[in-house]
Amino acid sequence: MSMGGRVLGLHLGLLVVLFALQFVLPAYHHGNIARIMVLASYAVGYNILFGYTGLLSLGHALFFAAGMYGMGLTIQHAGFTPAPALIVGIVAGALVAGGLALLALRTSGVAFMIVTLMFAQAGYLTILYFGEYTRGDEGFVIQQAQRVLWGVDLSDPTARYFAAWGLFSVCFLMSLWLVQSRFGGTLIAIRENEERVRMLGYDTYAHKLGAMVVSGTISAAAGAFYGLLFGYAGATFGSVQYSIFPLLWVLLGGAGTVLGPFVGTLFMFYLIDLSSGVTSAYMLIAGVALVALTLFAPQGLTGEVRRRLWKGLP
Amino acid sequence: MTKLIKGTSRRGALKTLAGAAAGAASLPLWARYAQAQSSEPIRIGFQQHSTGIGAAYGRWYGRTTEAAVKLLNEGGGINGRMIEIIAEDDGTDPKRGAEVVEKFANQHGCDVGFGTLFSHVVIGSAPRAGELKLPYFVVSEGHHVASGMLNRYTLQPGITDVKSQVQAMAPYVSENLGKKVTMIFPDFAFGHDHRDFFTAAIEEQGGEVLEQIAIPPSETSFTKYFPQIPRDTEVLYHVMVGPAVLTFVKELGEFFGEQGPEIFGFIDSLEAVDISSPGLEFLEGTYFWEGMPRYAQEDQSEHEKFYREAVGVDENGASVSDPSDVSTYAHMFGCWETLHIIKAGMEASGYAGPLDRAKLIEAVEAMGEMPESRAHPQGAKRFNGKTHQVFGHQHISRVENGRLVRVHTTSIDDTMYPDEVDYTTQPL
Repeated sequence: MSMGGRVLGLHLGLLVVLFALQFVLPAYHHGNIARIMVLASYAVGYNILFGYTGLLSLGHALFFAAGMYGMGLTIQHAGFTPAPALIVGIVAGALVAGGLALLALRTSGVAFMIVTLMFAQAGYLTILYFGEYTRGDEGFVIQQAQRVLWGVDLSDPTARYFAAWGLFSVCFLMSLWLVQSRFGGTLIAIRENEERVRMLGYDTYAHKLGAMVVSGTISAAAGAFYGLLFGYAGATFGSVQYSIFPLLWVLLGGAGTVLGPFVGTLFMFYLIDLSSGVTSAYMLIAGVALVALTLFAPQGLTGEVRRRLWKGLP
Repeated sequence: MTKLIKGTSRRGALKTLAGAAAGAASLPLWARYAQAQSSEPIRIGFQQHSTGIGAAYGRWYGRTTEAAVKLLNEGGGINGRMIEIIAEDDGTDPKRGAEVVEKFANQHGCDVGFGTLFSHVVIGSAPRAGELKLPYFVVSEGHHVASGMLNRYTLQPGITDVKSQVQAMAPYVSENLGKKVTMIFPDFAFGHDHRDFFTAAIEEQGGEVLEQIAIPPSETSFTKYFPQIPRDTEVLYHVMVGPAVLTFVKELGEFFGEQGPEIFGFIDSLEAVDISSPGLEFLEGTYFWEGMPRYAQEDQSEHEKFYREAVGVDENGASVSDPSDVSTYAHMFGCWETLHIIKAGMEASGYAGPLDRAKLIEAVEAMGEMPESRAHPQGAKRFNGKTHQVFGHQHISRVENGRLVRVHTTSIDDTMYPDEVDYTTQPL
């Protein structure tokens, strides 16, 4: 099998395994994997900007929340059905990402982190400010009757799993295609040496703008699906910790690898879930695991696989 | 964290052994419990705020739950089966809250979920509880249950909601403190509930709200907001919460000095905080809503006295083992009462296992008047089966010599409002 064939086989294999898992998993883990796939989609979006373009954003919760509220508010106040509401959520995320990119990409490095963080915080406070519509920090429920997509009740575990799998598959394959495309190659080159890429005649600003819009749109799609599948939209999802989560997931799984976001999300979810069963100091365990990984596998779990076993892994 | 509280401590076990001889003499009773010991326990999933912003509440909700379960198990458990509490930390986070509910239903095999306080965690978790058909007994005081936002599997039978609490304060405030009110509240949902419900209630009493001052949630200094308080304000109504509340009170005291309006607040601001903390001297002579009086009052009922001792709270509302560990006394009785209602509901419905969850919901919905008793030490209650919300007496206390002294108790009728939902029309 050619290199490309092996890569495609590995990634499609993961999707096949995830698809098949729903028939064998017990109820609790079935629900968890559905949740993890949506969150991993968020991490996939984050990875495009951070892992492949080298831009560390601390404001991705803004895009996640834009998707969640774009979807949720139109269902709640405009009576939209899920399909158009999802589209509104995704478009809202794309617009917010584009707008923020125009401003934030005037900066770089630490300043970029701070600007994205500040805009996300402003977004969070905006959700609280318009509490009359958003119900602020309390949030609101998206009722079961409002979650029927083309006759399918998304509160049903099987339907939810399928929807989460569908979202993850699209984001995952798009990410795989993107990083192997000319556009993705340019992003990686920007990450490695932006000055040289510019010297070669590429418009690095336009590429970074594109990366941020794609990244924000995927994050928004994850936010919109999360709200719809689990029936709740709340300001917590726009808070700073939800900007940190995808960074952690991507770092753990392997920044700049297509598989990394999923591996990191899965690892972190079960690390917290299992360690919380052992001790109340489970965040300490999570912290120690993070430090250990940073020390012994600085490129993350998948990154380490690439370093040791499979050099060409995208 | 998963923590199993079997309801038996070492001391309890020794007592049981010591009573074994006496137990043998009363064979029929003993035989009844022999059946109980051989049965599977009733598993109650306790969604606990062990970490995050709700941790102080979570700690005391945990202690109250432990004490209630110990008492119930000593009395034979539920339907002759022991109660096992399975506590999971939700981090006071709605996402983790929903995951914890899934864990209760699908991994631990819990019969019911219980104990959530913070509104955003309740609202984030309730949809999953409804989908999983897990009876979800919240102890939140939010209006979310009675507003109709949630579902048939979510109930709040052990603590009153903010709408009834706020509404019941208006008659006393207008008759005794003044009719011209200025409100200071945090600019998020909790503050907005107070703003909306109290403004309507005081207008009904012939009073008016002169100014509504919303404080942004990230604010750490408040002096700049105080000039917005109109000079003819007779009552200042405050509901600031969180770590900044000490600064808020201190700055308010510095602003008004000796001459200020009457001040009325909700004890939510100062739950788990010692009223005699430095900087809080300004609260002397001010009024607070209390769900249950923190300081043991002269006329406290025998039921309350029993409850206070069982949970391990001294007459100042602090832990008997550590006087600086002040309880969340105005709210935590809700855990005690809710657990007793779960027991009553399960016994009324003949609950045998998860297949009987629908019968349990119907049994609780059928409840109405609940007299003051050991099961209801806070006072009598009236449960509304349609809205899944309980109503009860509210208290107003005044700070006198650094202690909260109760000056008024509302009737239950003061707290009632028209139904906003009928959950019984939803399928089980």
